[in-house]
Amino acid sequence: MAHADQKLVIFRGLLKFKSNVQKIWGVLVFLSIVTTIEVVLGIIKPQSLMQMFFGMKVLNWIFIILTIVKAYYIAWDFMHIRDEKASLKGSIVLPLIILIPYLAFILLIEADYIFDVMTNGFMSWNF
Amino acid sequence: MEATATHSHEETNVWGGGNKPLNASYGKMMMWFFIVSDALTFSGFLVAYGFSRFKNIDSWPIADEVFTHFPFLHGVDAPMYYVALMTFILIFSSVTMVLAVDAGHHMNKAKVTFYMLLTIIGGAVFVGSQAWEWKNFIKGEYGALETRGGQILQFVNGETGKRVALDAFAVSIDTPRTTHQNSNGIWYINESTLPSFTVEEVKVGFAANENLLIRGEKIDNMGHKIVLSRKESLEKINDAVGVVEGANLIHNEYGNRLFADFFFFITGFHGFHVFSGVVINIIIFFNVIVGTYERRGHYEMVEKVGLYWHFVDLVWVFVFTFFYLV
Repeated sequence: MAHADQKLVIFRGLLKFKSNVQKIWGVLVFLSIVTTIEVVLGIIKPQSLMQMFFGMKVLNWIFIILTIVKAYYIAWDFMHIRDEKASLKGSIVLPLIILIPYLAFILLIEADYIFDVMTNGFMSWNF
Repeated sequence: MEATATHSHEETNVWGGGNKPLNASYGKMMMWFFIVSDALTFSGFLVAYGFSRFKNIDSWPIADEVFTHFPFLHGVDAPMYYVALMTFILIFSSVTMVLAVDAGHHMNKAKVTFYMLLTIIGGAVFVGSQAWEWKNFIKGEYGALETRGGQILQFVNGETGKRVALDAFAVSIDTPRTTHQNSNGIWYINESTLPSFTVEEVKVGFAANENLLIRGEKIDNMGHKIVLSRKESLEKINDAVGVVEGANLIHNEYGNRLFADFFFFITGFHGFHVFSGVVINIIIFFNVIVGTYERRGHYEMVEKVGLYWHFVDLVWVFVFTFFYLV
C-alpha cells in the first residue's frame, strides 16, 4: 500500500507537516478559517463588495471562490487525491471541472435571457 | 539480465490482468467513479436552482430573512449562525473520519473504533440539525398572503420596518367554514388543514392598522425587498386569494415557491446522503469492532466509506454557499 509516501506539504510547500495526523489538523484549521470568513462576510455584507462584477456581486464571487478553495482541500487532503497517481487524479477531476462549469454556463445564460424576456418582453410576471 | 526479465514479466501482466495501472484497488476506484457521477447529479440540482434564481433574480427570497433561528434563542434574529454551526459539525466529522482512515493505515484498531464512533455521532447531530431546520422552515414564522398569480405579500411595520406576523393584527370574524372532513361531506374528498385566518380577516385587520405596509417579492438594487406605500398596499391586498403559513411544496410564505421546492429537494437529497452515510459508517464501525479488517490485514474499507463521507461534506460546502451565502 502506498500510504508511507503521503505528501505532507500544502500551500505549494509553504507549510510542511511532520506527520499525516498533523496535516489533517492543519487542514481543519485552514477550512475553519475560510468558513469563518464566509460567515462573517455573509452577516455583515460590506457595501463595498455589493457592486456588480461580470453579472454577479463581488461578494458572491468571493463566496464561490472560497467554496472552491475549500472543496480543493477537502478533496486533496481528506480524500487523499494528492497521493493518487496523476492518471486517477485526472480521470476524477477533469470530467467534473469540464462538465459542471459548462452546464452552469449554458443554464445561467439561458435563465438570464428568460429574465430579460419577462422584464422587457410582452410576458407579465405571473409564474 | 535480471532487469530485462522483470521488464518482460510486467509486459505480460499488462494484458494478463492483475496489475493496477491507477494504483488503486477495484473497490476504491468504483467508489471514486460513483462519487464523480453523484457529484454531477448534485451539480445538476444546484445548477437548476441557479437557473430558477437567475430567472427570478429580482424577486428571489433572501436567505438571511428565511433562516433566522438558533436553538434556545427564541425570537432572536440570528441569520446564518445555525448553518455555520452545522457546517463546522460536518467538517469536524470529516476530520474524525480521516483520522480513522489514518489510524487504519497504522492498523490501530482501538483508534479506528474511537474515531468512527465520533464520526457517526457528528453525522447524527448533523441530520438532527437539518430536521430542526426543516421544522422551522415548514412551520413558518410570520405568515403571508398569496395572490392569484402566486406572488407573496408580506407585512411590515411602516415605522420600524420590522416584519409583522398575521396573528398580530388579523381580526377574528365568525365563519361557518371549517376544514372539510370526509366523514361529514363528500367521502372521497379530503382537505388539508385551513390556515388560522381567512383572507377577509387579514384584510379587515390590515385596513384597521394604519402603520402596516405590504412588502412584495421584488428586490431593489441594494438587495432589500421593496415595501409598498400605504395607498399601494391597500390596493394590492385586494389581489390576495389565500393565506399562507409556513412552506410546503405548493405554497411558501417566504416568497417564490420554487425556493421551497429546491430547498426541500436539495437539502433533502443531501440529508438522505448523510443519513445513508451514517448507516454505512455504523456497519463499518461494527465490522471494525468484531475485527473483520484486522483479520483481512488492511482497513481499506474504512478508506472507501471515508471517501463517501468526505464527499457528503464536500456537497454540503456547496449547498451552504448557494443556499445560505450567495
